[in-house]
Amino acid sequence: MMSIEAQVRQYVTDRLLFGRSDVVVDGETSFLESGLIDSTGVLELVAFLEETFKIKVEDEDLIPANLDSINALTRFIQAKSEALAHSRT
Amino acid sequence: MGEKTNRFSADHLRLDAGAEAARIATFIRDAVLTTLRRKGVVVGLSGGIDSSTVAALAVRALGADRVIGLFMPESDSSDDSLRLGQLLAEKLGIRTFTEDISGILRGAECYRRRDEAIRTVVPEYHSGYKSKLVLSSLDSSEFRISYVVVQSPAGEQRKVRLTAEAFLALVAATNFKQRTRKMMEYYYADRFQYAVAGTPNRLEYDLGFFVKNGDGSADIKPIAHLYKSQVYQLAASLGVPKEILDRPPTTDTYSLPQSQEEFYFSLPYDQMDLCLYGKTHRIPASEIAEALGKREDQVERVYRDIDAKRAVAHYLLMEPLLVEPIKKTAAET
Repeated sequence: MMSIEAQVRQYVTDRLLFGRSDVVVDGETSFLESGLIDSTGVLELVAFLEETFKIKVEDEDLIPANLDSINALTRFIQAKSEALAHSRT
Repeated sequence: MGEKTNRFSADHLRLDAGAEAARIATFIRDAVLTTLRRKGVVVGLSGGIDSSTVAALAVRALGADRVIGLFMPESDSSDDSLRLGQLLAEKLGIRTFTEDISGILRGAECYRRRDEAIRTVVPEYHSGYKSKLVLSSLDSSEFRISYVVVQSPAGEQRKVRLTAEAFLALVAATNFKQRTRKMMEYYYADRFQYAVAGTPNRLEYDLGFFVKNGDGSADIKPIAHLYKSQVYQLAASLGVPKEILDRPPTTDTYSLPQSQEEFYFSLPYDQMDLCLYGKTHRIPASEIAEALGKREDQVERVYRDIDAKRAVAHYLLMEPLLVEPIKKTAAET
């Protein structure tokens, strides 16, 4: 199974870069500042997170600190997944 | 050290309204009669400040008998739009036509497509409900999130976050309204050999608050260089009725009343004007913040939002792209 980071990177390549593999997005690159994401893109990202990782993204989660870079997303998914696992035990 | 004078303020947007009206009237005369070789101008009248100002400028430039005003209400339009549009047309003494576009919109299934999009996130939504689209405020997050606000027949309101699919389907459906209106404007333009005047102000033009091939389409755009507060100054000097000057800017696109602020701009127009001016003239956010009584980081956030909106506008304003330039033949040049 792919790691969370690898899945996020795959999403960025497929959905934010429209499949272009010649563009390098490093872990801390801001999606907002680099123009990779707009308001529709954020909604698509939410659908990706909820469907792929089975987590619930609340309105208050929709801040750049959680969603604006590959590293931020990876940390956010990990934290949400851990919280979800914890709530089930 | 000398004290800094000439602090930034709303005075930077003060116009010599008389001179500007004369300059624009000259532009309209030259553009319509000489460059475009059309006999007059068609303006879609919404009862709002922008279309009223453009119509008044066209009358100043060409005379009332060369200006046609079009009223194009539909099922979701506010009654005020038609009433205020008529008030202006009477004052200007221009010829008008009324085209209720609800039938065309029903034919294109605008309302059904819109309702279907909303039902994907609010399953109980039906034709007795009212709705509008709103954006999250810039204060809550730099990500602008789209929500639909629905109101049940009993008057109960709910705000629900949209999915990307629902948002795109909802916008695509409601864009029929602006595109149908433009189609109707060109019908009258063709019929009378007139030009179509577009009514975007600078905020709308620069930040992409228009529908491509809808209200973004026109032969001339006489106020696209003016900030919204400058349009108000011009309107007042042209004698636009006070009731129109006092009406809050609205999109008049959704069945619930919707301000332009909650739908797109996030700030009242006078504040957005100053931020756009500041961003355009590279004025530090701290100076704009002082003029607006806001914090510097709030203005920085608006500056970044302007960048994001300009990225959207770039596509909207782009002409069709060609593989290579099309050269004129000798006969054409």
